[in-house]
Amino acid sequence: MAADKVDPIHQFQIHPIIPLHIGGYDVSFTNSSLFMVVTIVLASAFLYMSTSSRALIPGRLQSVSEMAYEFVGNMLRDAAGKQGMQFFPLVFSLFMFVLVANLIGLFPYFFTVTSHIIVTFTLAILVIGTVLVYGFAKHGFGFLKLFVPQGVPGYLLPLVVAIEIISFVSRPVSLSVRLFANMLAGHITLKVFSGFVVSLSAFGAVGIAGSVLPLAMAVALSALELLVAFLQAYVFAVLTCMYLNDALHPSH
Amino acid sequence: MFVTSAYAQETAPAAAEGDTHAGTAVPAAEHETFPPFDAKTFPSQILWLVITFGLFYLFLKRVVMPRLGGIIDVRNDRITQDLDHAARLKGEADAAVAAYEQELAEAKVNANKIGQQANDAAKAQAEGTRKKLEAELEKKLGEAEASIASIKAKAMKEVGTIAEDTTSAIVEALVGGKTDKAEIAAAVKSASR
Repeated sequence: MAADKVDPIHQFQIHPIIPLHIGGYDVSFTNSSLFMVVTIVLASAFLYMSTSSRALIPGRLQSVSEMAYEFVGNMLRDAAGKQGMQFFPLVFSLFMFVLVANLIGLFPYFFTVTSHIIVTFTLAILVIGTVLVYGFAKHGFGFLKLFVPQGVPGYLLPLVVAIEIISFVSRPVSLSVRLFANMLAGHITLKVFSGFVVSLSAFGAVGIAGSVLPLAMAVALSALELLVAFLQAYVFAVLTCMYLNDALHPSH
Repeated sequence: MFVTSAYAQETAPAAAEGDTHAGTAVPAAEHETFPPFDAKTFPSQILWLVITFGLFYLFLKRVVMPRLGGIIDVRNDRITQDLDHAARLKGEADAAVAAYEQELAEAKVNANKIGQQANDAAKAQAEGTRKKLEAELEKKLGEAEASIASIKAKAMKEVGTIAEDTTSAIVEALVGGKTDKAEIAAAVKSASR
């Protein structure tokens, strides 16, 4: 499989660009790191340049930046209320990072940062870590009320608390796996269909005629992936807002 | 994503190079592990993610978000200000309309008063003129009646004289001789009664 020309897994391989080892760990600057840098530079540059004129009546690019800002702002305000706005920078940078990383990954030959579970899991841990640290700092042990819903009969309480704890612990897993699996599966599917086009067109005229079908499929999938790229960034941000709401208001 | 055969050939040496690099650590397992689950790459990815995302977070928090928030706040302020301005102008317009209507009402009242006064004055004048004329007419009527009465009295007196003269002439013609004037006068007087 690895020797195959259209190996769909090849795109996820990480290879070092600048080898670097610190304390026995391989922390080389890899293609993944490169695209993280590309992601933040592109996103920052867009947000910075588009708003540089500070126009009262925004141009197209400034409108896009403002829309993203207000979109995330409203999302957070709806989910976590006015108090939640202190997490606005975190949610906004998460949304922009995931969105731009997903979108960059759609370009041919580009590496998709979010198609690696460790990246999405680190982001998820960042979110849950913020929830835990803030929750305990603000409410002390009152934060544990999060696991004890009100109005539950006493004999059911142990069961409900266990379920609540399990659901809380599974949050970083579900949050990270959702994004990672979507990006991974989407890119593999795209690669497989594009691979069909290449393999089929090697069989001469008949093959080229036959390759129209997977080509059309690849085009349609590209559109779908564009939607998924946006949708997953949105879902990630929305869930972040909801989890942050738990940190702010632990008693349901 | 889309790897054509040309690209695959192009990158083949590079991939081989990568292989030799990693080969020093784990020679056999290189192609066995599914890349996203290859724990060897985790430290590097976590470190670079923390660095890049940290920088991104700081840049957004310090530079981009204050700017975007500022733009939107300025716009909202401007809209509120413009709305206030519009409300104030509307208030002024309403006040002007109210003042105009009040003045119009006052003017109407004044006009009515002036009209009434003119009307009254004209009536009074007409009344005066009419009374004067009536008085004059009355006087003339009285004078005329007096003159008629005097003319009538005079005529009546003359009628008596004529009757006496006629009677004396008739008596003279019938009886002959002279007639007594006093007798005739008494006779005429008694006959005319």
